[in-house]
Amino acid sequence: MATLQTPLVQKIVNRYAIFIVLGAMGASLTLLSPDFLTPGNLINVLIAESGRGMLALGVGVVIMSRGIDLSIGSIVSLTSVVAASLIQQHDYSARIFKDLPLLPVYVPVIAGLVTGTLVGMVNGWLIAYTAIPAFIATLGFMIIARGMALMLTNAYPVPMLRPEFKILGQGNFGPMPIIVCVFIFMVIVTWVLLNHTRFGKNVYFIGGNINAARVSGVRVERNLIYIYAFSGFCAALAGVLITARAASGIATLGNNYELDAIAAATIGGTSHTGGIGTVGGIVAGILILGILNNGLLLLGVSPYLQQIVKGVIIVFAVVFDMRKNARKV
Amino acid sequence: MSEYILEMRNIVRDFPGVRALRGVDLNLKAGVVHALMGENGAGKSTLMKCLIGIHRPTAGTIVFKGREVDIPNTITALRMGISMIHQELNPVVDRTVMENIWIAREPMHKALPVFIDHGKMFSLTKQLFKELELDLDPKSLLRNLTVARMQMVEIAKAVSYDAEVVIMDEPSSALTPNEVEHLFAMIRKLKAKGVAIVYITHKMDEIFEIADEVTVLRDGNRIVTEPVSQMTIDSLISYMVGRNLDEMFPKIDCPIGEVKLEVRGLSVPGHIEDASFTARRGEILGVSGLVGAGRTELMEAIFGLRRRSKGEILIDGKQVRIDSPVDAMGAGMAFVTEDRRLTGLVPVLSVKFNTIIANMKAYVNSLGLLRHRKISQDVTSYRDKLSIKTPSIDTIIANLSGGNQQKVLVARWLLTSPDILILDEPTRGIDVGAKAEIHNIITRLAGEGKTIIMVSSELPEILGMSDRIVVVCEGRVTGIVDRKDANQELIMKYATNSLRASA
Repeated sequence: MATLQTPLVQKIVNRYAIFIVLGAMGASLTLLSPDFLTPGNLINVLIAESGRGMLALGVGVVIMSRGIDLSIGSIVSLTSVVAASLIQQHDYSARIFKDLPLLPVYVPVIAGLVTGTLVGMVNGWLIAYTAIPAFIATLGFMIIARGMALMLTNAYPVPMLRPEFKILGQGNFGPMPIIVCVFIFMVIVTWVLLNHTRFGKNVYFIGGNINAARVSGVRVERNLIYIYAFSGFCAALAGVLITARAASGIATLGNNYELDAIAAATIGGTSHTGGIGTVGGIVAGILILGILNNGLLLLGVSPYLQQIVKGVIIVFAVVFDMRKNARKV
Repeated sequence: MSEYILEMRNIVRDFPGVRALRGVDLNLKAGVVHALMGENGAGKSTLMKCLIGIHRPTAGTIVFKGREVDIPNTITALRMGISMIHQELNPVVDRTVMENIWIAREPMHKALPVFIDHGKMFSLTKQLFKELELDLDPKSLLRNLTVARMQMVEIAKAVSYDAEVVIMDEPSSALTPNEVEHLFAMIRKLKAKGVAIVYITHKMDEIFEIADEVTVLRDGNRIVTEPVSQMTIDSLISYMVGRNLDEMFPKIDCPIGEVKLEVRGLSVPGHIEDASFTARRGEILGVSGLVGAGRTELMEAIFGLRRRSKGEILIDGKQVRIDSPVDAMGAGMAFVTEDRRLTGLVPVLSVKFNTIIANMKAYVNSLGLLRHRKISQDVTSYRDKLSIKTPSIDTIIANLSGGNQQKVLVARWLLTSPDILILDEPTRGIDVGAKAEIHNIITRLAGEGKTIIMVSSELPEILGMSDRIVVVCEGRVTGIVDRKDANQELIMKYATNSLRASA
């Protein structure tokens, strides 16, 4: 049979639906609330979503490989307390590590990033070599990392961080908050990885047909470890920056973050059946959630109703996506 | 009432942008096997889907037992007595035979009709099997059955609807010759019961063995309907492709060089026992045998996809260590696998990325970034070389026909510039035209001095293409036959290992 010809308009709508939705939401909020389209408010949206946005990039890549990573929220928490415990002010009597010398600021940052990346690598290793489902492996580490964070701190916050660390979360780089700059940087990094490197194509191959990838000489196991390490790294980066912004390490900081990140990636058209997804989509997904949070707040909508709206949008995004992809076959 | 139990009159079916059926007639008689033939995309499946209520015809009428009928969904079709055995079976493998047969219409307890009456289900199934002379345990799990037996279950299920019309879509594609005989016996039983059967297949020899009448479709038109007795293979092929295909197997004799690959005493526990053979430069080595004989396993072991317990692989006389596909590719091998969907295609990705998957390292620049322009150039050049029909190299591969998908997979491996190309069932499930094109490509590659190993279940293909033939039976190499000595009977004897028994 000849190929089915989709009308051009429909093609465009299918392809850019997510950005059309984003634009429509922005436009209607601009009309409904004079406070929405102001530089201050938009920056606030970006700051609020940058951390979760980084998580969404990582877990988005994982989902494209037909996996899932539930541990990223807990990685944020664990990274938060690890980094914070290494950079508490020296005259603070309730420090976690009492005999710690005065460390340069990059030590807690690197320690945090290494912690998160390691957890991700272990996730990837389990999934690659024991063949347990990603859902189970990362569910395990969601609980384990959460427990580790609580053990390290006895569930107390880790306050009194040194100012040179806090500036990472609270400072600006030119007109932009550092945390937003880092998010934008990670968007670019992820885009380059997915579109311009072998690793990125391997993500799509593994997600699209893991057997074909293996037969074609893709080193599937090694790439799975990289994929989950990347997700862990993204979560750790978010964890460090949010901790610096909050000026305190908190063992429950990242609770439920994984769900927001998965939601954003999903709304952005990342397919849970693997092999399909774009960085642009994920960014649009996170902005939709951010604008939704912000807009409903500006309009004075009850926070409980916000949750319901969010849930409905996620389900509809997937319904739409399935229909779009079903039409292709 | 007319002589026909079912008449499809002037059926038209449109899809957005394409007319798949352009006014097709199909008339079925009770107790007659009617073969439906045509290349992929000719409209066979669409026509049958109109009949069982998956599609609704855009125009045209269906007359069943003298009455015009409307078939809005498959349940209606089943209740009327029209059922279809699909090419891809969809068994619920972890449930029993009887549960699969009575799915969605389980017999219920008389007293408490919310509960399923398993005893009744069992006896109904027993009775059904007796009627069909089937030797199957209603309580065994589908998982434990062979594909052939699953198919028998599927046929029994179709019959259990008191079907008067049974459509079979390539039922023999996964069966061994022995099992095909079983299938044919079953079909003859249905025939004797007065069931009208539509039999869709690509295999010519089957038509002449089992069918009474044949209809050929091409591009959504009915080309001809005739009794099989008035057809020949040649006339059938020319009806299907609309031109004469003198050269299905364009084998050209080309110089055969020194030994390129040698396999010595290779064993894979449970699959292969002490297999040895050689393959030369410029040679097409056919690998024949029954389905399940271990041919695919042998190829997978050579390509590093299966662990060997014993055996050596030598290339150019030197022993090489091959434990993974990466090693095999490093040694200059390429492997077009048997199952396009399972181990070949990445269906959601473009033709372009499906082509380069095995050769990405060639497209990385010094910064570790992909050279997109070079990728597009090379993919385009292979698209032209293999005449792959695709709207663009960015088209999602799932939208291509089976034959073109297969050509993309061949291109994928040619891109790695292999010395040794292993092709496992390279023309399975693709139409006659594409088949001839694939054969052409294989011949050309051998002419370029590549070593070709071609596994195939189709004896005409093996006989038509190979310089030498390795025959595998139950995990052992039972015979190696030269082209000049090869014939169907000899290969079958080695394949069933009956030569040794009679000697």
